[in-house]
Amino acid sequence: METPTARVRGLGSAQEGAEHWWTERLTSIATFALFVWAIISVVRMGSLDYHTVTEWLREPLAAVPMLLLIVATFWHLKLGLQVVVEDYVHEEGNKFFTIALLNFFVVIAAAFALFAVLKIALGTPG
Amino acid sequence: MHRNPDRPLSPHLTIWKWGPHMLVSILHRVTGTGLAIVGGLAFTWWLMAAATSEEAYRYFVSWATHWTGLIVLVGLSWAFFQHTLSGLRHYVMDIGAGFELSGNKLWAMATLAGSAVLTALLWLYILMGR
Ligand code: HEM
Repeated sequence: METPTARVRGLGSAQEGAEHWWTERLTSIATFALFVWAIISVVRMGSLDYHTVTEWLREPLAAVPMLLLIVATFWHLKLGLQVVVEDYVHEEGNKFFTIALLNFFVVIAAAFALFAVLKIALGTPG
Repeated sequence: MHRNPDRPLSPHLTIWKWGPHMLVSILHRVTGTGLAIVGGLAFTWWLMAAATSEEAYRYFVSWATHWTGLIVLVGLSWAFFQHTLSGLRHYVMDIGAGFELSGNKLWAMATLAGSAVLTALLWLYILMGR
C-alpha cells in the first residue's frame, strides 16, 4: 500500500516547467517582433482589400515573415492555453483529454494558415 | 487533488485586495485566451479567404465590416494591445524588477491606459482613412 505522498516524495517536479516557461517567453518575443512588422506593413499598404493582400503575400519578403508569424504565434498560444488548462482542469483524465484536443485544434488551425500563405505565395497570379 | 486538509496552505493565498496589478494580471490571461481562440480563428479565416478566391474574401470582408464583426475586431485589437503591453511588463518582472508597490501599480495602470489609447488611435486611423 502506497500513500499519495510516498508516491511523489523524492520525485521532484516533472522537469519540464522551466523549458515551457522559457519557450513561452521566447515565442512571445518572436510574436511581438513579427506583429510589429505586420502592423507596420499593413499601415504602409493602407488597405486590406483582396488584391493588396494577395499581391503583398506573393512577395518573399512578406510571405516568409508571415509564415514565421504563424509559427511563433500558434506556438506561443499553444503553450499559453496549456498553462490555462493546467490551472483549471485538475482531474488527470480530463486534463489529458483537454490538452490533446487543444493540440489538435492548434495544429489544424496553424496548418490551414500556413497552407493559405504558401498557396498565395507560390500560386500563379490570378 | 491529494491535499491533506490538516496541513495549512500558504497564508498569502487568502490575503489580497483588488488593485490595478491584480486586474492587469487577470486581463493578461483573459486577453491571451480570447486572442488565442477568437483571434486564431478569425486570422486563419482571413488567410484562407485570401487563398481561396475573391468571392470568399468578399464574404469575409462582409462579416468583418458588419457591426457584429466590428465589435469583435475592436475587442481583438484592444485585447492585443492590452496583452502585449502587459506581456512587456512581464519581462520586466521576470528579471525581478518592478515589484515596488508604487511602481508596480503605476506600470499596471500604464498598460490599461496604453491599451485604451492605442485602440482608440488605431480605430480613428481606420475610420479617417475611409
Ligand atoms: C496575438 C498573439 C498572442 C496570443 C494569441 C497570445 C496568447 C497567450 C496566451 C493564451 C497566454 C497564456 C495566458 C496565461 O497563462 O494566463 C499567453 C501568455 C503570455 N504572453 Fe501572449 N499572446 C500573444 C501575443 C503576445 C505578445 C506580443 C507578447 C509580448 C509582448 C506576449 C507575452 C506573453 C507572456 C510573457 C506570457 C506569459 C504570462 C505568464 O507566464 O503568466 N504575448 N499569451
